[in-house]
Amino acid sequence: MLSTVADSLYWLGRYLERVENYARFIDVNFNLSLDLPPDVQEQWMPLIATTGDIESYHKKNNNFDRQNAMYFLAFDEENSNSIISCIKASREIARTVRGSLNKEIWEKLNETYYFVLKGKKQKIWTREDPREFFKQVKLDIQLLYGISEDSISRGQGWYFSKLGQYIERADKTSRILDVKYHLLLPSLDDVGSPIDYLQWTALLKSVTGFELYCREYGTIEISGVVEFLTLNKQFPRSILFSLKEAQKCLSVVSGTTDGGYSNKAEKELGSLVSDLQYADVSEIIKSGLHEYIDGIQIKLVQISDEVYDHFFKIKPNFIEQKTQEQ
Amino acid sequence: MKFQPYVTEHIYDEMFESNEKCRSHYAMFKEKIEDLSTRKLMQLQHSTDKAQRAIGMTFNVYHDKKGKEKILPLDIIPRVINGKDWEVIEKGLAQRIEALNLFLQDIYNGGKILKDKIVPEELVLSSQDYLDPCSGITPPKGRWCHIIGTDLVRDGKGHFYVLEDNLRCPSGVSYMLENREILKRAFPQLLSSMGVRPVSDYPIKLLNMLQYMSDKAKPTVVVLTPGVFNSAYFEHSYLANEMGVTLVTGQDLIVENDFVFMQTTKGLKQVDVIYRRIDDKFMDPMTFRKDSLLGTPGLFRAFKKGNVALANAPGTGVADDKAVYAYVPRIIKYYLGEDPIIENVPTYLCREEKDKKYVLENIGNLVVKETNAAGGYGMLIGPKTTKSEHEKFKKLISSNPSNYIAQPTLSLSTVPTISKSKIDGRHVDLRPYVLYGEKVEVIPGALTRVALKKGSLVVNSSQGGGSKDTWVLYN
Repeated sequence: MLSTVADSLYWLGRYLERVENYARFIDVNFNLSLDLPPDVQEQWMPLIATTGDIESYHKKNNNFDRQNAMYFLAFDEENSNSIISCIKASREIARTVRGSLNKEIWEKLNETYYFVLKGKKQKIWTREDPREFFKQVKLDIQLLYGISEDSISRGQGWYFSKLGQYIERADKTSRILDVKYHLLLPSLDDVGSPIDYLQWTALLKSVTGFELYCREYGTIEISGVVEFLTLNKQFPRSILFSLKEAQKCLSVVSGTTDGGYSNKAEKELGSLVSDLQYADVSEIIKSGLHEYIDGIQIKLVQISDEVYDHFFKIKPNFIEQKTQEQ
Repeated sequence: MKFQPYVTEHIYDEMFESNEKCRSHYAMFKEKIEDLSTRKLMQLQHSTDKAQRAIGMTFNVYHDKKGKEKILPLDIIPRVINGKDWEVIEKGLAQRIEALNLFLQDIYNGGKILKDKIVPEELVLSSQDYLDPCSGITPPKGRWCHIIGTDLVRDGKGHFYVLEDNLRCPSGVSYMLENREILKRAFPQLLSSMGVRPVSDYPIKLLNMLQYMSDKAKPTVVVLTPGVFNSAYFEHSYLANEMGVTLVTGQDLIVENDFVFMQTTKGLKQVDVIYRRIDDKFMDPMTFRKDSLLGTPGLFRAFKKGNVALANAPGTGVADDKAVYAYVPRIIKYYLGEDPIIENVPTYLCREEKDKKYVLENIGNLVVKETNAAGGYGMLIGPKTTKSEHEKFKKLISSNPSNYIAQPTLSLSTVPTISKSKIDGRHVDLRPYVLYGEKVEVIPGALTRVALKKGSLVVNSSQGGGSKDTWVLYN
């Protein structure tokens, strides 16, 4: 597979996961805002903090008004991580790698693109209830996954895009946990108050983990939520689960069959996974969740860079040309 | 929906012999349309636009800063060509392509035809598209032009003429294929009952032709595109996809020891045949334009050494230069000893004093073209433009005569076309596609371009043109 195509597919995986996450985050946060008592402000700031784009948000806005926030996250084309930008980027990628996808996927993605464009035209963010739109985006992405599952051959391309998807997922889960935890911490005193309950519930819902969590842990408690989102082995959006899946993909594309590693990316990812496998939630909280998550994120960036170096980087044939001339 | 009232005066209409009388090969189609309500027909027309967007059949318009994507409007009334007319086109094109290929081989290898003074040597050597680095080269299997899209027009009497030989990177074949898919949905029964010849095997024929250019049993074929911002990108990815080959850009390729490789996740993989959709001069900054970022350094040398086949070969542009065009009938005679089966449009070469004088005196009746321009740019249609524009072109011609040719204004044939809520005649041209591998193969279909503006003769997509599906019948 062409290095540039593999690179594109990896990013396709990441962008689609990002779109779905954003759509879910916005939907859940809107839902939460409906339940808040009148004196409590809507919580759009933490959401924007989660995306890591708060600085560029501040450059355009001086408040965390719902409409501004929603516009920024979903429809702002100057925000390269917004839903509309990611859908656009996915579509451009899909155009360039049509050979690795198929007609159905391309047409569905293209349709989703036009749907989001239409949403912007209709100014969805000004609606009294915009949830229908975000639900549809989520469903569209899920449908895309469904189509791929049964129609894409399990060659290198598949594993590169899944690798992107799982790395993105681990990143987003870690970020939302970090931000919410940080924000909810001052209210630890009134653990058990209705607002607190709502907030933690919203966090779990934004990673579609509420029901699973309740079944496994019963009551909402901080260490339970942290453990569930970072270390749980069965929950498909926990950091550990996502990274284990990413590890499987990486070993397929690296051709490593007997365990161990054959490149730096594999080595880094493997050691991160085993750290998580042997971690204990009480130790994590004691030593500081924020620092712990920060460490994970730094490693994720490193892994992503090393995947690039090993698989995607191409020889710049133009530099070669200059040296020949000299 | 009724076709009448329908006016055919002074023109050749493909469907109607006169205002009332339908040509026999369109009879079944006419019946079908007349059975449909106006509303149903308009619905069918509307759904084609939607279908085109859904499959991403869009192109970017140069100079449009917003980067807006456009579709080439498809009119659902097809252009139908009967078997008898097609036979002439088929033979005529095969003859022409064979002669032009021999011409290219000759001018880059000794230039016998130039020495025999059939074509002025200076005309060929001074052409912007004559590539000196190609001299002495015989490309694989002796083929220079592999993929051709010749533009034909039909005059008021119904005669076909060749308007342009497109021997470089003719585009539009994806429209021929996708237009057919869309029309199959609109008129599912009609195609088989009318006996329309299929075009859907084009990608396989193309792949076979490309593979033929290599001596390997299983050569690696790629499509080389300038990238996603090129207006024909949809077509590049479409063809790669349909052939099941890799689509590459210049940066994916690298030349080592005069062999071409693509850079994959598992290292380098050798490439044997390149269907390149990138202009000659951008292909290799080491041989041609130094500032090109689109190509691959060293590609030309690899080609010259015979280590990779390029389709089309570099240097073919000289044979479809608008000034060389005027000599094609003589070129055919010279190499094949035959008279051309499809005629040329009479052409005045402003480089020749006598012709220049005629052009300057009769500019109001002529179409003037720059010899090296394409896409309907740099063109003057005498009868449709003002005196001051005539004067402007007269000056241009006088200051650089060899840059211009002129032709009489042809009244292009018309085909009924949906316009708002009625049916009206619009002018069309015809671009059939030809592949030249082991032998010449004319694909039984074409892209019919249509000038959607009433009375307009400019069919180019960049200037308000649309397209039609072209139905070539068995009989």
